[in-house]
Amino acid sequence: MRASPAGATRALTAAAVLLACAAGTRAQSLVTTLSTDLVPILSNFTGERIAVFGVVEPGAAPRPKAGWDVVVTVRGPRGAVTVRRKESWGPLWLNLDQRRYIAIPAFISVLSNRPLDLIAQAEVRDDLRLGIEPLIPSQTAARAANDPRFREALQRLREKQGLFSESAEQVRFISPNVFQAQIDLPGTAPLGNYDVEVALFSDGARVTKSNLGFRVTKTAAEQWVADVAHQNSILYGIATALIAVLVGWLASLVFRRD
Amino acid sequence: MEIYLPIAELPIDMFLILGMGVAVGFISGMFGIGGGFLLTPLLIFVGIPPAVAVATQGPQIAASSMTGSLAYWRRKSIDFKLGWTLLAGGLVGTLLGVMFFNQMRKLGQLETVITISYVVLLGSVGLLVSIESVKAVLATRRGKVERKRLGGRHHWYEGLPLKTRFHRSGIYVSVIPIVGLAVLVGFAGAVLGIGGGFILVPAMIYIFRVPAHVVVGTSLFQILFTMIAATIIHATTNQSVDAFLALLLMVGGVFGAQFGARAGANLRGEYFRLLLGFLILVVAARFAADVLTRPPEPFSVTPTETVR
Repeated sequence: MRASPAGATRALTAAAVLLACAAGTRAQSLVTTLSTDLVPILSNFTGERIAVFGVVEPGAAPRPKAGWDVVVTVRGPRGAVTVRRKESWGPLWLNLDQRRYIAIPAFISVLSNRPLDLIAQAEVRDDLRLGIEPLIPSQTAARAANDPRFREALQRLREKQGLFSESAEQVRFISPNVFQAQIDLPGTAPLGNYDVEVALFSDGARVTKSNLGFRVTKTAAEQWVADVAHQNSILYGIATALIAVLVGWLASLVFRRD
Repeated sequence: MEIYLPIAELPIDMFLILGMGVAVGFISGMFGIGGGFLLTPLLIFVGIPPAVAVATQGPQIAASSMTGSLAYWRRKSIDFKLGWTLLAGGLVGTLLGVMFFNQMRKLGQLETVITISYVVLLGSVGLLVSIESVKAVLATRRGKVERKRLGGRHHWYEGLPLKTRFHRSGIYVSVIPIVGLAVLVGFAGAVLGIGGGFILVPAMIYIFRVPAHVVVGTSLFQILFTMIAATIIHATTNQSVDAFLALLLMVGGVFGAQFGARAGANLRGEYFRLLLGFLILVVAARFAADVLTRPPEPFSVTPTETVR
């Protein structure tokens, strides 16, 4: 994954603006901004790096001796997910059991300046939904009984795909009151609206938080193709079939020997 | 080089897809089969959502079989009368198959039905073809002259009403079993998301004794039209046809099909059938392994709906 030069320029500009006039979203003593609020997916999209900048306004709250802690939680569009489990049925292994979960974010990234268990106690983390685990509801949508193995599998598989991640290294303090975080969006990042919550901690308690957001969208050609496919589906189908016949015919012209 | 697919909604390596197109196109041109039963698992394996993989099959196979059909047409190896007859039955079967497919999806367990059907269908067809062709190869090795068609020896189904002469194929049979076979193939094809050539080719050779060189061209001709219909049906009912993915597969596929068609023309009948039989068996074994062995990861996650 790489950050585009344009993205880096945008990020720097954003940081400059932020530091100069403390713009961006204001939540009491925390000022934050994103390097971009729109991630366009071009035909060569393989992921994007988004920067989060934040300033803790001096004097708003006394700075803890150990320094501030920051947790950035990024959540992608939510949707229903079915988790299936293969079980043996005679000699066969078949999908015999399943659980359905609703409102599961398609993308979760929890970034912090140090490990979450050092920032806050377990009860506080659960309460404030800090980390991947508290963000995935354990309740299933179906009538089937709750089975923690399904929820665990959901988390494990999504982490393997790079869609759920926790990192204690991607928030960096530039100065005691200014921090920067990097959101790494993979190429498989689902389209839609993303929420970014920046929470400021002091001595294991949340002082304040600020909410931001960005949107991942298809651009020009990709969006056009998708729109046509959905709105004029018959035309799209006929056009695709015609292209197929044309390509086949052209190839036979190219390869004709006699 | 990575390219973003607009319908599948993920980036994929362009050359990987092109290469897969060439490989499947080669096999398609060689045996006169669509290659769908190879391409669907391949696409799903590289991460394309199953719905998109199945739907995008249509245009890819249409392009390959267009090239293949033209090549066989120039060699006068297409029996158009037989092709149209098969197509009529195939379309009816496809329609019935789509209805059955939707019904099974409603009931759940569609994946199980598909996997087991693949194993049973591919396994039995592959086994039959392999055994027969091994016998034929051994017989030729022993110096026996390959048995020519015996005049006057007919099966009961050839004598049904509506007897028709198919000149190019040199057969004189009732159209009822031919249409029946096409309906069956169309049905299985729609349920499994395949063209059905791998059933059609051996069936025409063994049941109706159509000469091998005519079978391939005629099968490609029938598949071309079935796949055009499939593309339009998929595009209108589930909007899962990815034009970008299809174009990449097509470009690779048509090149592969050209070479495949030439390789097929130089292959002797019994070796041709032996290769086809083994190929089908390998895919069947792959599917069987899927359901017969303990999966390393028993869980799978499928997003069912997303709010944007």
